[in-house]
Amino acid sequence: MKDKYEAVIGLEVHAQLKTKTKMFCGCKNEFTNEPNIHVCPVCLGMPGSLPVINKKAVELAVKAALALNCKIHKKSIFARKHYFYPDLPKNYQITQYEEPFATDGYLIIEKKDGTKKKIRIKRIHMEEDAGKNIHEEHFSKVDLNRAGVPLIEIVSEPDISDPEEARLYMQKLRDILVWIGVTDGNLEEGSLRCDANVSIRPKGSKELGTKVEIKNLNSFRFIEKALRYEINRQIEAVKKGEKIIQETRLYDSQKDITKSMRTKEEAEDYRYFPDPDLPPLIIEDEWLEEIKASLGELPDEFKERVIKEYKIKEYDADILSRDKTLAYFFEEAAKSYKGEAQRVSNIILSDLLGILKEEKIELKDVPFPASYIGELLNLVDENIISLRVAKEEVLPEMVKTGKSPKVIVEEKGLKQISDTSEIEKIIKESFKNNPKAVKQYKIGDERKKQKAVQFFIGQVMKATKGKANPKLARDLIIKLLEEEN
Amino acid sequence: MAKFNIEKVAYLSRIAISEEEKKELEPQLEKILEFVESLNELDTSNIDPKFNVVEMFARLREDIPHLSLPREKALENAPETDGKYFIVPKIVKK
Ligand SMILES: [Zn+2]
Repeated sequence: MKDKYEAVIGLEVHAQLKTKTKMFCGCKNEFTNEPNIHVCPVCLGMPGSLPVINKKAVELAVKAALALNCKIHKKSIFARKHYFYPDLPKNYQITQYEEPFATDGYLIIEKKDGTKKKIRIKRIHMEEDAGKNIHEEHFSKVDLNRAGVPLIEIVSEPDISDPEEARLYMQKLRDILVWIGVTDGNLEEGSLRCDANVSIRPKGSKELGTKVEIKNLNSFRFIEKALRYEINRQIEAVKKGEKIIQETRLYDSQKDITKSMRTKEEAEDYRYFPDPDLPPLIIEDEWLEEIKASLGELPDEFKERVIKEYKIKEYDADILSRDKTLAYFFEEAAKSYKGEAQRVSNIILSDLLGILKEEKIELKDVPFPASYIGELLNLVDENIISLRVAKEEVLPEMVKTGKSPKVIVEEKGLKQISDTSEIEKIIKESFKNNPKAVKQYKIGDERKKQKAVQFFIGQVMKATKGKANPKLARDLIIKLLEEEN
Repeated sequence: MAKFNIEKVAYLSRIAISEEEKKELEPQLEKILEFVESLNELDTSNIDPKFNVVEMFARLREDIPHLSLPREKALENAPETDGKYFIVPKIVKK
């Protein structure tokens, strides 16, 4: 940041809740390319229809709020927010305004240098989504499948001080919400949306500058880039003596700039008032306790526990804790392995995920149980196969066929040769064929000796198609070379 | 009391009213506001704000899909449609 100024950033994040039906009617909450098929009198805003709250939506919203350390309010109120737009058939959006169901939470982000920062969450409220407009040249088309889909809006305090923190906050938020099954968390498809409020002020100042709202931040990268651009734009403007206007700006990712959308000169008047169709929502203590109990382990708790229990590197634990499927796949695998769990993490994170990426398979669709990873490494420790064979031959076959490592080793004849006399025979044969290398070992210095040993290991591996037990082969080669002297 | 701004209210409601209607409606609405204003004379400092007239709580619905409207039915009252979408005048703002 340009030395004399600092940025003050707050994020407003909308997450679509993963329910089967909409917030206030039984129409399906499901993406489809067929427009206007998930609609009914309620979500079309027909006169006389009445909204009824979806219990599951409330449950998911409460789950999210608990995971974000919020205070849950027993009583909350739904209000009407009025504005006119074709994707909003009732001409008002049902949302929570004065009395949201959750306030005063926080989440902790971890920066690149390892420092942690607490970002406070001001409030979370429930509301309904609007439909979609498709703009044609001379008219616009409206699809109301999305109208009424349940959303939560998570509003942070302006505790974020730079674009990187904003991205980290958003990623952490996404990881938590996806982990607890509240949302799909897909920014590109819009199941998670982010608007940012950003202002600048002289460093150390307590006063807040005029804030600008940025919309259309539909990827983690764009959040960071758009904020970086906007902060610089504001700093340059202030330096030139210009005044920052309170306005909404749209991020244009093609040009990597923000563009003015509308100024707040005529402040919008939403005329909020409590929706007379919806009595207060009550979250009874008993229900709250039930939801709390169903929450399970959160990503940070998982991370802390696996570091302690399985003694894996913090870096690995961090990656694992960002995806629930991956996290528990690791744990299942580690449980079935007799050695150090770090090796399980290594083979999953660097080998298995690589194969899956290449084969375009998702971890949840892997055709074998996680315990097979443990069994695979057990075979390595029992000297039945080498680590190389495990990674390069058995593991890809497991992904392809779902067969157990034992069966694959058997079927493909991958069992390594650990028979001393057999390996000795091969070594002696290669000594005969390569007298020069034997001589090099005899008269050479330490470095030359090492080179000769490496050479013969290569020969033995070639002769056995990589199946010789590498440690045994090495020991035998050295022993026999010494005997040659 | 500030003068009732009938133009703003008409704009917010997207209702076009003529000068004559304005003259007729403005004093009427002002009277209504004055009447409501008299409620402020009551001391309510010891009473919890009520957001709803009736003290009852929302009933919740299980998350089970119902049959939605057939699309022809949903689009039946649309001023204009192509059989799939509601067609509206080109949206310029926002
Ligand atoms: Zn509906």
